[in-house]
Amino acid sequence: MTDTSTRSAAQRMSSEELARISMRARRLILQSIHDAGAGHIGGPLSVTDILVTLYFDTMNIRPDEPDWPGRDRCILSKGHSSIALYTVLALRGYFPVAEFATFDQLNSRLQGHPDMSKLPGLDMSTGSLGQGLSPGLGMGLGGRLKGEDFHTWVILGDGEIQEGQIWEAAFVAARYNLANVTAILDANGLPQFGWPHPAGYTRETPYDDPAAKFRAFGWHVVECDGHDHADLQRAFAASKAERSKPTCVVAHTVKGKGVSFMEGNYLWHAQVPADDDLTRAFAELRIEGEAQ
Amino acid sequence: MISVTPVEHGAETPMRDAWGQNLVDLGGEFSSLVVLDGDLANSTKADVFAKALPERFFEMGIAEQNMLGVAAGFATVGFVPWVSTFAAFLAKRALDQIRVVIAQPGLNVKMCGSYSGILTGKTGKTHISVEDIAVFRCMPGVVTIAPADDLELRGAMRAMMHDDRPTYLRLTRDPGPTIFPADYEFAIGQAALLRDGGDIGIISTGVETIRALDAARQLAADGVEASVLHVPTIKPLDVEAVVAVAEKTGAIVTAEDHSILGGLGGAVAECLAEHRPTRMRRIGIRDVYGESAPNDAMLEKYRLSSRHIADAARALLGAGAGIGARA
Ligand SMILES: Cc1ncc(C[n+]2csc(CCOP(=O)(O)OP(=O)(O)O)c2C)c(N)n1
Repeated sequence: MTDTSTRSAAQRMSSEELARISMRARRLILQSIHDAGAGHIGGPLSVTDILVTLYFDTMNIRPDEPDWPGRDRCILSKGHSSIALYTVLALRGYFPVAEFATFDQLNSRLQGHPDMSKLPGLDMSTGSLGQGLSPGLGMGLGGRLKGEDFHTWVILGDGEIQEGQIWEAAFVAARYNLANVTAILDANGLPQFGWPHPAGYTRETPYDDPAAKFRAFGWHVVECDGHDHADLQRAFAASKAERSKPTCVVAHTVKGKGVSFMEGNYLWHAQVPADDDLTRAFAELRIEGEAQ
Repeated sequence: MISVTPVEHGAETPMRDAWGQNLVDLGGEFSSLVVLDGDLANSTKADVFAKALPERFFEMGIAEQNMLGVAAGFATVGFVPWVSTFAAFLAKRALDQIRVVIAQPGLNVKMCGSYSGILTGKTGKTHISVEDIAVFRCMPGVVTIAPADDLELRGAMRAMMHDDRPTYLRLTRDPGPTIFPADYEFAIGQAALLRDGGDIGIISTGVETIRALDAARQLAADGVEASVLHVPTIKPLDVEAVVAVAEKTGAIVTAEDHSILGGLGGAVAECLAEHRPTRMRRIGIRDVYGESAPNDAMLEKYRLSSRHIADAARALLGAGAGIGARA
């Protein structure tokens, strides 16, 4: 059987192509939150490039067969960034972009936080922070027991890893040498309200040197620029090449990435953009050579 | 509802031993069955499975929240995980995990809470679980089962393997007599009428049913004929059976080794209030935590013995006509 979903190395997407998709995704994210009048902004913009690289390049998936048993799994443990995941799934062909009109509406498949019982293509329900890594371990252990070689990718927020369950899972994953599981840390340094900085109105990062902490738990750690698609491709490849340990990709990101007045501003965690915010943001999110 | 004639003087079998052996038997039949343990396998008897089928036994350490999440992941890739720890830790320590990644997506995870109720081998209130039925029963989509003996447990576990809903299985620590005959057929949601009497109805669940049967014998000695309805599935409740016993007797005593709030007593009261208002008494833990003490002393202090059930029945009958009394 030929596997049409797997790209050979030569067919891999260029980082320029990925960057163009990310740009389109960011515009869709902002538009959807604006239209729905609710939702998160900062986290979705920070995780966009990670998701685009996974779904358009790294992961072995079949968008027209979302339940394909051999697929790579992806768990967006920081479920409040659902709109970024929906956007990437839609752009990748899982469902029509037009369905965004239903986001957060009654009976929608696009729930405020990802609900796997509603939308095909979601590998786990999330929204209560700290919970996504553990099901990833179950998938990894189950895949290994079945002799299947799919990979499981779990995206964590750096605020989220304050939850104790993350470290329960980190400990157990290393004990089982779960090399078929990768945790990707969206390390943007800002949670929702955060830790006040003694010096004033700025915020302190919730977790100091997460790479060292995952390493101490027995993980293979790769650090990368979470907005540089080529660097993300490199980090994900390094994670798949590791055969004896689970990998944590610490992706250094910026909360609100792509829109200058949102970047690094914790107030944009879940603020709805007004009409003129949207206009200003779109002016910055231009795709070269395309009419806006 | 089915009618079953209970076995007299059945052999004493520890439910946990039966649980471990059943897992091995079912594991031999179903290659999809995996077992997850929270560092208690030699207490819960998951160790029997660990020995027989080590490749499908997963030690998760003392990390219950992670364990329940791992189980959810297993369920999404075609396995039927049986998770086990003490009921107290399962129902409370890992509750948000159960809610978000098991109950809400409706994943097929079998959650086994051993050492439930107050008889936990002198471990005290941290290990005593008097709210687990209430907790699981109020979670949308979670089947809640409390078998009375080793034989019913075997039927329940087989039925669970043929059902794909998330399920809570309530287990106890100490040996109890087998009351079900070998040909008893357990079905999820089906109550069993163990005794058919017209004066009063005793509705019980779990191992408290053994004491309910004793209470019925004590009442019979005084000329009071009791029905005993054993309700192993607290959710979904066998509403027809509960209403039928209330219709027939006009007075109901519920009995459980669990809080009177939200457990079987609560479920029966809710059911009868809507379908057939009936005078009731509830035997169970009366809104307190337990302590560590010998079993007999515990049953006496927390009023769970057969004598307490019989006394509640007499008191109810003596209380005369009230709501729903027979003409
Ligand atoms: C258990 C739990 N506690 C609190 C919240 C509320 N909450 C949603 S997002 C968030 C901040 C998350 O920060 P981080 O993980 O760093 O995500 P990001 O900055 O990427 O948005 C909080 C506290 C939650 N969803 N779950």
